[in-house]
Amino acid sequence: MKPRPNYLAGFGSIVWLLVVILPLYVLVSASFQTRQGYGTDGPLAVPTTFTFENYANAISSGFGLYFVNTVIVTVAVVLIVVVLVAPLSYAIVRSRGRFATGVFRLFLLGLAVPSSAVIVPIFYLINVVGLYDNLLGIILPTAAFALPVSTLILSGTMRDISPELYEAMAMDGATPVRTFFRLVLPLSKSGISTIVVFAALQAWNGFLFPLILTQSDSTRVVTLGLFNFQSQYGVNVPGLLAAVMLSMIPVLLVYLFARRALVQGLMGMGGK
Amino acid sequence: MTTLAPRRRSTNRGGPSVGRPGAVWALPATLFFGLFALVPLVMVVVLSFTQWSGIGSPRFVGLENWTDLASDPVMMKSLWLSVLLVVLGVVTQTPLSILLGVWAAGHQKNRAVLSAIYFVPLLLSAAAISVLWRALLDPNFGIPGQLPWLFGDGNLLGNQAGAIAVLTFVGMWQFTPFHTLIYQGAARAIPQVLYQAAQIDGASTVRQFFSITLPQLKNSVITSMILMVVGGLTTFDTVLILTNGGPGTDTTITAFYMYQQAFRSFDFGTGSAIAVVLVVVATAISLLVVRLSGYDKMQSEQEGI
Repeated sequence: MKPRPNYLAGFGSIVWLLVVILPLYVLVSASFQTRQGYGTDGPLAVPTTFTFENYANAISSGFGLYFVNTVIVTVAVVLIVVVLVAPLSYAIVRSRGRFATGVFRLFLLGLAVPSSAVIVPIFYLINVVGLYDNLLGIILPTAAFALPVSTLILSGTMRDISPELYEAMAMDGATPVRTFFRLVLPLSKSGISTIVVFAALQAWNGFLFPLILTQSDSTRVVTLGLFNFQSQYGVNVPGLLAAVMLSMIPVLLVYLFARRALVQGLMGMGGK
Repeated sequence: MTTLAPRRRSTNRGGPSVGRPGAVWALPATLFFGLFALVPLVMVVVLSFTQWSGIGSPRFVGLENWTDLASDPVMMKSLWLSVLLVVLGVVTQTPLSILLGVWAAGHQKNRAVLSAIYFVPLLLSAAAISVLWRALLDPNFGIPGQLPWLFGDGNLLGNQAGAIAVLTFVGMWQFTPFHTLIYQGAARAIPQVLYQAAQIDGASTVRQFFSITLPQLKNSVITSMILMVVGGLTTFDTVLILTNGGPGTDTTITAFYMYQQAFRSFDFGTGSAIAVVLVVVATAISLLVVRLSGYDKMQSEQEGI
């Protein structure tokens, strides 16, 4: 591509850079300042104090447990999504007849269901099966709502597997199970890593289902912990922002090490 | 970029049926999804005709919730506020993300670095973003207190105009990166031939932007707008954390009102009725966008190349 200078967009991009960076700067710098230091220096100043105390306080006031809960929810959601979506996408791509198309349409329709619109029935269902205030109660609906986008992503990847490979497997008399494990899964690695990241992000950053389906401290996840933390210690800005930092660290690590899968996973979010 | 529209390749469907997966492969996921997404969608309609306080069983009350809702001034106000916030979101985010997306579509090194930074808000949860901004905008310890010449008394969330401005701005901060990504992907897919032809004709950069880039991005504009409409109408996490619907009911958008009615007043019947309204309005507006733009009968943008 021949670079065409675009001054308007270039100028806009610098302004927007400031808008994005300024809050992040305050977030990082405040989380390492003492409460008094932050109070006197103000958010935008160069900090004069330095401490890890905010992080230690956040962890000891419950964030350690919230973190463990969120990890459990995230891992479980990812497992459910991968275990359900991989065979589903295989069936959508390789099954004969109308059935596969019908299932695919159903999941396309599912894309249009906003999770917040069905929180009342989900609250009802989870209560009926006795999973209220239980991590499993968060896990099941979170996984369900990650399915449509994941199915779109993974069936897209699986469609790119060349038909000749399937035919070669069929010539050798391979069963669908063998074809799935020996051919489809190994060749769908990129799609699978995308849906892993997508499902993990949904679970890690999810707020709605924990908000309505849990109440006690022992089942609290990080996002809900932040919300509660704010209502209780809203005036302790450095403490609050250290908690925000803690909640982002795992995602930032993924961003550093698996950027491609993350970007694709985030784009998948568009379906929500 | 992940394309949402599936590519159909008929070759995969032909061939012998030996070793093809049966329906049973799709069954677990379909049942699971049906139970947690499609059944609730039907149930929310049923529940809207019942009264349920969270204890015991829902009791059928006919149209009561609906007639109450029709004469509820807060409901009417919330619909108006929802539409206002969605319109403000579309108006502020669309031009910005088009500009940034087209700019970021260039392969220059500095653009790649900046794009990586723009991305960061997308990594944060809505809860983290709202908590961060609430701390930043705190009247005593936040930025407004330091810049009185810009923010006056600094209590931005204390009046309706201020609260709406804050919600719009935070929405922009939160979602612009996502829409930028959509436009970046789309701008990269525009055939370079078009620009080369325009350059031969002596078209300026601005002219090229308006005559080639924008028309070529039409599909993405529609996709992005529909996502903004549906997302903006149905999410309430930012409102819950930043303004709690206040001051008074001045930022109580419909989705937040639904949450309030169901999970604070424990009136799940009314909550369900509001949820149905939300789904209907979101779908109607999306269809309207599609119809007005002619998306439903649109041909490929690359026709004639």
